Amino acid sequence: MPLTDDVIVVEGLTKRYKTVTALDGFSMRVRKGEIYGLLGPNGAGKTTALHVLMGVLTPTAGRVTVFGHSPFDDRETLAPRVNFSSAYVQMPFNLSARQNLDIFARLYGLPDRTNKIESLLAAFKLTAMAKSKTGSLSSGEQTRLNLCKALLNDPDLLFLDEPTASLDPDIADLVRRTLHDFQKRKGLTIVYTSHNMAEVETLCDRVLFLHRGKAITEGTPKEVADRFKKDSLEKVFIHLARTGDVMDAETSR
Amino acid sequence: MISFNRILTIVRRYILIHFKSPARLLDLFFWPVMELFVWGFFTVYLKNSNLDSTGRLVVTLINALVFWDILYRSQQALSLAFMEELWTRNVLNLLISPLRTREWVLGAYLYGMIKTGIIVLILLVLASVLYAFHISSLGFSFIPLAFNLLLFGYAMGLFTTGLLLRWGHAAEALIWGVPFLIQPFSAIFYPVSVYPAWLKPIVLALPSTHVMEAMRHVIDTGQFPWPSFWIALGLNVLFTLFFSWFCLRMLERGRSNGQLVRMSG
Repeated sequence: MPLTDDVIVVEGLTKRYKTVTALDGFSMRVRKGEIYGLLGPNGAGKTTALHVLMGVLTPTAGRVTVFGHSPFDDRETLAPRVNFSSAYVQMPFNLSARQNLDIFARLYGLPDRTNKIESLLAAFKLTAMAKSKTGSLSSGEQTRLNLCKALLNDPDLLFLDEPTASLDPDIADLVRRTLHDFQKRKGLTIVYTSHNMAEVETLCDRVLFLHRGKAITEGTPKEVADRFKKDSLEKVFIHLARTGDVMDAETSR
Repeated sequence: MISFNRILTIVRRYILIHFKSPARLLDLFFWPVMELFVWGFFTVYLKNSNLDSTGRLVVTLINALVFWDILYRSQQALSLAFMEELWTRNVLNLLISPLRTREWVLGAYLYGMIKTGIIVLILLVLASVLYAFHISSLGFSFIPLAFNLLLFGYAMGLFTTGLLLRWGHAAEALIWGVPFLIQPFSAIFYPVSVYPAWLKPIVLALPSTHVMEAMRHVIDTGQFPWPSFWIALGLNVLFTLFFSWFCLRMLERGRSNGQLVRMSG
């Protein structure tokens, strides 16, 4: 077990494909109970980093530990404590929302499946759609269903890949508040990717900007904005996206 | 430790997916029944033309048809189960859950066994009603022979799943194509003696060939040829080990080159 309260420790993480370097020796630490944002333009390496942390993509070099365990070798220890949601991952279309959640509740070995499923459906305002086939749900409803799945096992660590993409502002706000509530009540640690900088400022305790697989800057949203003399993360994002190549050469964390 | 609860959850899940989809239900009945009609009426023609005065050919053909379906459906069980996850973009959800690869494979095997069992039952009942065919023509021998075909179908399922892991959706057609690659060389509707000498080593390397030869032997003599059974079983063990290695190798490759996550989202 780790001696610090670091839930995730990443050192010199590199992922190379044949002609592309998706992650270029970046390091980061995520503390227990914080919401940590992985930010950057398309192709920066956010999702690749998330996949490596989840243990579904093996790195070319570097060291990764989650709760002191390797996500590649100790999956059995980590799987019950971790979950994941993405706007781009779905569940079988011809099963109802409730049936899909029931299947995952069984896979996670939950003792009181029914109550857990009903409370999550209610939290994400999906109770009325519980019997609907998953394929008939709107993309926003499917995103919320994925979030229900992600919280089924009361995870200690949650990976969220653009969880509010395709949600209207009202529902996106509901999702943010619900996630925040879970995080506060259960001390949940969240690693979060999003292109919505206003949302990141509201939710994240700390953020890490990636550009071409390299860590450019890290800190609280305010610290990062101040560091670049900008008044919002959105402006920092645009600045880094446009000048990131220069930053690559000049900046180290 | 393997969790039987998770294995049964996978079985439950595939059964739910199957029985809630009219297209998949049709797939369960349509093709085997149509095949039975074709071969059944062909055997009626043989009978009426006095081309099969002993009735042996009829029994052999219908048994061959049922056995072919066992092989074909069990091969599809695993690869179609994996395809199901690709179609619904659900692979990542399973990969990060506590479900282990071997639990998923065993769940898919069990689901395949149930599916194959239902199809065989339907074929036997229909063959009995329409063509006065009786399973008693093979008696107890049916079980060990069918068991060997089930094993070979599963081994081929591992192979096609490995191909899916390697090439993703591009390899989709192989799920249906691979069984037909071995069909002409498995002595299903004709004996091994019809093959040219140069082809026989390949033919005899397939467990399915030994099962089909054993089936004809039982119909001809009423005796169960244990050597054929053991040879088929031994070959099945070899095929299973080799294709398991291949499938796991492709899984690791997919984890390393990102193919697995690309297929998932």
